[in-house]
Amino acid sequence: MEQSLEKTRLQRIFGSDIWYSFTHNPTAIISALVTLGLIFAAIFAPWLAPHNPFDLASISIMDGNLPPAWSAGGDTNFLLGTDDQGRGVLSTILYGARISLLVGFSSVIFSMVVGIALGLVSGYVGGRTDALIMRIADIQLSFPAILIALLVDGVARGVIPSDMHTDISIYVLIFAIGISGWVQYARTVRGSTLVEKNKEYVQAARVIGIRPFTILRRHILPNVMGPVMVIATIHLAIAIITEATLSFLGVGVPPTTPSLGTLIRIGNEYLFSGDWWITIFPGITLVVLVLAVNLLGDWMRDALNPKLR
Amino acid sequence: MDLLNINNLRIEFPSRHGTVIAVDDVTLTVQPGEVLGVVGESGAGKSTIGNAVIGLLEPPGEMTGGHVFLKEQGIDTLSPEAKRKIRGRKIGMIFQDPLTSLDPLQTIEQQLVETINLHLKLGEKKSQARAVDLLRQVGIPDPENRIKNYPHQFSGGMRQRVVIALALCAEPEVIIADEPTTALDVSIQAQILELMRRLCKDKKVGMLIITHDMGVIADITDRVAVMYRGKLVEEGTTAKILGNPDHPYTQSLISAVPRPDVRLKRFPMVNYIEAEGERKKLLDLSTHWLGKARDYKAVQGPFISLKNLVMTFVTKPALLKHNRVTFNAVDDVSFDINEGEVFGLVGESGSGKSTVARMICSLYRPAAGEVNFLGTDLTKIKSEKERDYYRRQMQMIFQDPFSSLNGRMRVMDIIAEPIRFHKLAGSNREVEQIVTDLLDHVGLGAQAAVRFPHEFSGGQRQRISIARALATRPRFLICDEPTSALDVSIQAQILNLLKDLQEELGLTMLFISHDLPVIRQMCDRVGVMKQGKLVEVSATEDLFENPKAAYTRELLDLMPRLDSLSLEGLEVENT
Amino acid sequence: MFSFIFKRLLQSVVVMLTVALIAFAMFRFVGDPINNMVGQDTSQADREALAEALGLNDPFIVQFGRFALNAAEGDFGFSYKYRQPVSKLILERLAATLELSFVAAVLTLAIGIPAGVYTALKSKGLLSKGIMTLSLVGVSLPTFLIGILLILLFGVILRWLPTFGRGEVVALGWWTTGFLTASGLKSLILPSITLALFQMTLIMRLVRAEMLEVMRTDFIKFARARGLPDRAVHFRHALKNTLVPVITITGLQLGSLIAFAIITESVFQWPGMGLLFIQAVADVDIPIMAAYLVLIAFFFVVINMIVDILYYAVDPRLRVDNA
Repeated sequence: MEQSLEKTRLQRIFGSDIWYSFTHNPTAIISALVTLGLIFAAIFAPWLAPHNPFDLASISIMDGNLPPAWSAGGDTNFLLGTDDQGRGVLSTILYGARISLLVGFSSVIFSMVVGIALGLVSGYVGGRTDALIMRIADIQLSFPAILIALLVDGVARGVIPSDMHTDISIYVLIFAIGISGWVQYARTVRGSTLVEKNKEYVQAARVIGIRPFTILRRHILPNVMGPVMVIATIHLAIAIITEATLSFLGVGVPPTTPSLGTLIRIGNEYLFSGDWWITIFPGITLVVLVLAVNLLGDWMRDALNPKLR
Repeated sequence: MDLLNINNLRIEFPSRHGTVIAVDDVTLTVQPGEVLGVVGESGAGKSTIGNAVIGLLEPPGEMTGGHVFLKEQGIDTLSPEAKRKIRGRKIGMIFQDPLTSLDPLQTIEQQLVETINLHLKLGEKKSQARAVDLLRQVGIPDPENRIKNYPHQFSGGMRQRVVIALALCAEPEVIIADEPTTALDVSIQAQILELMRRLCKDKKVGMLIITHDMGVIADITDRVAVMYRGKLVEEGTTAKILGNPDHPYTQSLISAVPRPDVRLKRFPMVNYIEAEGERKKLLDLSTHWLGKARDYKAVQGPFISLKNLVMTFVTKPALLKHNRVTFNAVDDVSFDINEGEVFGLVGESGSGKSTVARMICSLYRPAAGEVNFLGTDLTKIKSEKERDYYRRQMQMIFQDPFSSLNGRMRVMDIIAEPIRFHKLAGSNREVEQIVTDLLDHVGLGAQAAVRFPHEFSGGQRQRISIARALATRPRFLICDEPTSALDVSIQAQILNLLKDLQEELGLTMLFISHDLPVIRQMCDRVGVMKQGKLVEVSATEDLFENPKAAYTRELLDLMPRLDSLSLEGLEVENT
Repeated sequence: MFSFIFKRLLQSVVVMLTVALIAFAMFRFVGDPINNMVGQDTSQADREALAEALGLNDPFIVQFGRFALNAAEGDFGFSYKYRQPVSKLILERLAATLELSFVAAVLTLAIGIPAGVYTALKSKGLLSKGIMTLSLVGVSLPTFLIGILLILLFGVILRWLPTFGRGEVVALGWWTTGFLTASGLKSLILPSITLALFQMTLIMRLVRAEMLEVMRTDFIKFARARGLPDRAVHFRHALKNTLVPVITITGLQLGSLIAFAIITESVFQWPGMGLLFIQAVADVDIPIMAAYLVLIAFFFVVINMIVDILYYAVDPRLRVDNA
């Protein structure tokens, strides 16, 4: 008892089993590095990208459909080739990843906040409130997330005047993807809350007199966050895929601010004419990003599952 | 020739923090018709031995030394397939929890016939006949019809009988039983042990029974092996080990066992396993915060008076009220607790004793009845603010030390929470000083404050729980099975601590336990509960010497006899 | 058994009514239905007459009741864009979607479940690890990208398989089938693989996780302690217990195949409901969107009923509790 006195937060992290499992799992390390690298590249796209694909002055239709730099007819100015309008594929990918990640993270946070709040209330209060929230969740769960997102998007198109579409379509998209994902969080948090609220530490807090809101915030919330983080990671991958799918289907972000999905859609039209690079490079980026996030989520689930240890 | 011979067994568990030697050079033998008990506290390595004998060590566990012989045939070196053929056929195994030991999707007939046919190759018809016969032998009424049932249609005790039938179905020569009655109530435990002993003697089967419970050892075994941290410390006949142990660990263990026959002042010599939290720095309660402001007004009439308490649970919910299926967990319970006494509440699982406690401290709202605390009916209080006044004077200690503390909070914050909530101290510095003092007072030491609960053992955590309960300066303490999740020597330490605190602070206590010997050690008066009803309230000595209710007599009869236990060095309290 | 099914039927009706309410709200309040039906030059009087004729001035509950009753008979009004009954448009495309989903479902179950069992039982094996890694790639590949890659490989580079449409179909009454012609079958290959791949990996991972969970239970340990051989332990005891949770999720996943077909159909220009729907979303053709929503909900309700009955058959604990 004498040896280890107060440990700092950092020492706790580096001494934890999670950290140990992380440092002994090359897949987890690599996928974390890849994810962080892509996030970094996306954030600093304006400084990293060789060209600004949205600066109409700097692009020229003359550079259109150039193949990657290493193949015949390639231009070293455009490492990964150009699209039909002469925008460098590398640059559009960097800017596209920015949009994809922005929408992905925002909608995950949106889902998470809504889902955690409803899950906590549902699990702790119980009774009719719980029944109502869970019935809504059940009904929504009958529809795949992509369908919900499509419907929300479609309805929004009907409600919002068309001249505002381009400006706010990204928020609509975040809302549509976010609202389609809250059920997972709510069900998990509710389940954990039901378990936690019957644990004796919560009863002890109630015996002291602590009010329900404080119990939820101080006692239950920190104890249900483990599974939530796993879901959030996996959900980030799903949200990025959903965004790409919607954009591919033409109902996502507008072509003026293309995401990875939009880029694949644009390139798809040139696939049959043999200009494969316009589709394939954004496609690879998307898959690498999603795969890295999925691998991270997979590792996290195993590391946080005490039964597997 | 020994039936089973475990020779110099050594088992290691490699882990991130280095290799753990779970079993260290253990030698044991079992003869036909003999029951050998392996006893020890958690972490002693006793279950690992059982798993190793049948060749089902859980990875990463590994046998790194020694041999296992069955009738002089080495079985640890056999091929996996040959080992499998021995399991069930030569060596039967019984596990702790009957509720999870059976496949829920198959009838017990399917499971029995499958096993019988596999080992004895009797064919379907004969296997079925044998299955019915086995069920009859283990005492299942109406076996011809019951055999068609699924496991969930049997009670816990009946399921353990089915498990025993399954273990016996190919007439094994050795049975290994790993805590076979730990999940069962006392009354059922007695029946199951009796059954196992009879089967063992009739069929000349050798039995290795692994347990932490001295009651089980005293009831059923012929010889006992005592394990401590992977090592065999002492072995001998049951009478010798219980009555006149040689090894200091065994002596300490025996002296820590709560006894049904006498009441001790304190448990002596219980610090072999975990140095008893030394309460070096005892607080001067006449001047300290904890002792100050204890000048509560004397109570007129009973301290606590429960009147006709009823608690109803809905077992099958329905929208319409008359369609709901409900049952009364507590049914018309009334009793008083006087100031300064320790009132015990005893009963089997599901008797409603914990529910009563939870109604007293407002965790449950009673369906009917009154909870009068200091003359005020708590069920009538509407405002939370007003309730806080009573909450502060009444605290609770829970059963499971692993779930009763929030793992995300430091011990400092856990114990400070009630002080801050009830604004019992001024500055933050004062709060911290109080927490440190409380930790000292329960024998943990001030350094504990900056650490997290998972860094402590079960016994230490229970001390933290006690410190948290004391932090509101309560005058009434509810202890709900405070030691039933702890090893026996740790239990003795915690019971000692509770006794001391009760005396120092003049606490009134409600002490709930399923364990009659513990009740005898702790309580002044006792209430006995059965299926939600209170069947008897008596002074403790009267209850044990002179039980009034038939149910109480039954409970006392089924209690394991520990008369053979050594009384050496114990200070018996005269009442 | 009877009361159990009755209860589930009642729940299904509630679900359908809720979905119908959402669909109706979309239909009634998103955009102006009149504006969507008539041209710019229609007079105000004509508009009001149309509104009256359509019953748009009736109380909300009456309108909803009419909508629900019509929907129950399959009448969802006219498409804004095609000016044809929605039911006719959907019916023409129903067969295409159902055939595609059916083939994908068969592929999903036939490969997903055995692969899940295998990877759980041989969790340390090299092949299992390979399958698990591949499956992660599988969940990371968006469906549309799988389609594009398959088209690129088998359609553009190798030129083995058709990349769009259903090929030749045979009409059997109102149902058109691609199962009876060589070109119809060939056309099914790429889209059904595309549709199945994602679900397959999900089912596989689920079966594996559940099976590993069951393998850790006490009754499996006890079965081993009785000397039962691995085959019996794995297939008689573990697999059956795995099925209980798997059935539910499988039901949900198969239902979502029909909806996921939206993406596949749009990549392969498959003339099914999904393609109709995605065009409706782009054109804000609310009646089609509403009808599609109700139809998908109906499929889910039916699948859920089947799942519940299967559940009932597998798990004896339910049978007794409800008896």
